[in-house]
Amino acid sequence: MTDTLDDIGISTTGERLAVTATHGAAPSSDWVIVTRGLKRQYDMGGEIVRALRGVDLAIRRNEYVAIMGPSGSGKSTLMNLIGCLDTPNDGEYWLNGMLVSEMTDDALAHIRNKEIGFVFQTFNLLPRASALQNVELPLVYAGVSSDERKKRASEALDRVQLGSRMGHRPNELSGGQRQRVAIARALVNRPSILLADEPTGNLDSQTSEEIMRVFEELATQGQTVVMVTHEPDIAVHAKRIIVLRDGVIASDEKRDSYAARIGTERVH
Amino acid sequence: MPIYDAIRLALHTILTQKLKSAFTLLGVCIGVMFLISVVSIVEGMGRYMEDDLLGKLIGVNTFELRSRPNITMGDIDEATWESYRRRPRLDITEVPPVVNALPADAKWAITSEDNVQVSTATGGKPRSVRVTAIDGAYFEMKKLGVTQGRIMTPQELQRGERVVVIGTDAAKRLFPSLSPIGRDVKLGGVPYQVIGVAEPQGSALGISFDNFMIAPWHSQARRLLNSRPNIVDAVMIQSPSEMAMTETMETVRASMRALHRLRPAQKDNFSLQTADSALEFWNKIKGYLVLAGIALPAIGLVVGAIVIMNIMLVAVAERTREIGIRKALGARRRDILSQFLIEASTLGTVGSAIGVALGIGLAKAISALSPLPASVAPWSIVVGIALGAGVGIISGVYPASRASRLDPITALRQE
Repeated sequence: MTDTLDDIGISTTGERLAVTATHGAAPSSDWVIVTRGLKRQYDMGGEIVRALRGVDLAIRRNEYVAIMGPSGSGKSTLMNLIGCLDTPNDGEYWLNGMLVSEMTDDALAHIRNKEIGFVFQTFNLLPRASALQNVELPLVYAGVSSDERKKRASEALDRVQLGSRMGHRPNELSGGQRQRVAIARALVNRPSILLADEPTGNLDSQTSEEIMRVFEELATQGQTVVMVTHEPDIAVHAKRIIVLRDGVIASDEKRDSYAARIGTERVH
Repeated sequence: MPIYDAIRLALHTILTQKLKSAFTLLGVCIGVMFLISVVSIVEGMGRYMEDDLLGKLIGVNTFELRSRPNITMGDIDEATWESYRRRPRLDITEVPPVVNALPADAKWAITSEDNVQVSTATGGKPRSVRVTAIDGAYFEMKKLGVTQGRIMTPQELQRGERVVVIGTDAAKRLFPSLSPIGRDVKLGGVPYQVIGVAEPQGSALGISFDNFMIAPWHSQARRLLNSRPNIVDAVMIQSPSEMAMTETMETVRASMRALHRLRPAQKDNFSLQTADSALEFWNKIKGYLVLAGIALPAIGLVVGAIVIMNIMLVAVAERTREIGIRKALGARRRDILSQFLIEASTLGTVGSAIGVALGIGLAKAISALSPLPASVAPWSIVVGIALGAGVGIISGVYPASRASRLDPITALRQE
């Protein structure tokens, strides 16, 4: 693990340790995601499965982070917690200076709407709605007026080069196009983080590269991107790679240092 | 989510699944259709019965003195029937005392009637015609005018002259292509001259009111109408107002009780019949029709509610992933709840709107193809649609609440 800041936007280990150590106080505003001792367990028919055993995570604004780990590492659980789809059993989760780990369902729904932009492996578009209507959906729940929604949604689709396909339904679009609609939808409400779960899992290698270029473009424009993946080839598009194992963070390093390391070990 | 968007979403969802939506709507649609059509028929018949039919048969502020009631059908038990048969028939000698006791502004008439075979001098088959023998202000009380010729004069009535006024239907049957005026008809072999053709009275429930003939009571025609020549079937009495009529009825009752020498404890052995009492029968039928008008739609709506609830449950199960997506994007529990509640109540409303249209169509078809009249009541349309929306909401509550409580993480994992 390195100590120096080389690319702009990657927090140093020291900084991260500092911000995750102090419980109770909100972190400063340049930290988008801070978790302190995050724990999550499930009761599976009498047996308790500890999915997360104390995760200390610190992600600064504008970072492009990949979270990796084998199955059973807890990366899906961590993603659900980061995405405010779930609440932890113990520990703190500060999102944009707000303590979301203790929020009510309704408050979390509001946070998801405003702060999180989801991109899923299986796209998760509404099949009977057009691309435009799909992208409008977060704005509907944000209470935005119909005209304003159309305007912002078409702008978002233009940004991912799908302006000409706004009226198409998902089954009339290719896999890459569907994922781009999903990305437009994720961005339409200007969220703090773009949270992608295996975004290229259902795409061929060429389309995957396409989508990765879109992510890089967005990261360059200043969007904070957190991508969960199990493929090293995809993970190395991010600038920082966190590896989870057995419910805790096993490694947290810059891309180059990770790439160099897996040249010699087998990590997935 | 604002209501307007939710309704648009509901309509969009319904329209993109036309067949399934059609099945869902069926119960509510049929229930409301029955509601509208039964109400229309009841209203139409009611209006007809109360205004047209019985008004024509008995008249406003009019009552009839008879030996027994002639407009009740159905549930008369054996004992009552026997007691009716044993009653003395009205006799012509009883008429002057009754009539003399009436107030000066009351009108009266006497009638005897029956179906009689009538033939004409020109040959041709004898035809059955309803013959009424009258005296008094009959034409005035019945508001009966003539389109050809004239009515009898009081003198002709008193002297029992052999003149008749016939209805337009009787005229057509007896004198197919001639003017009947001046020609003879034969009643019991005796010729009577036709002096007038009455205005058409129309028909009700398929029964024509125009196949009649009116003759003076004091002529021999009355012998054809009852077993004894002095029998009078009815004395019709009309008062200027409802209050006056009630009083006059009691006067007549007193006269008759005296004439029949009834002791105070004995019941009347005659009947005083008003349009209201004749209406009793109609009200009884109306009661049953209203019951049908409530029961049939109720069954339809209950079935409709169950169907909507089940289809919505299936829809929630099928759209679990969609619900998960919406929640992930920021839909709160109440957004999902209201989405499905509005979808269910929109289904109910659309179903009842179609039911209203079908009900109106059915009512009009029934009134065109059968003697039953129909008159669509606006209140039934409003009630029908409100019931549809209500049924939708009620049946949607359980499915919507299940949908709203889905965990987004599990929901997103659904195929």
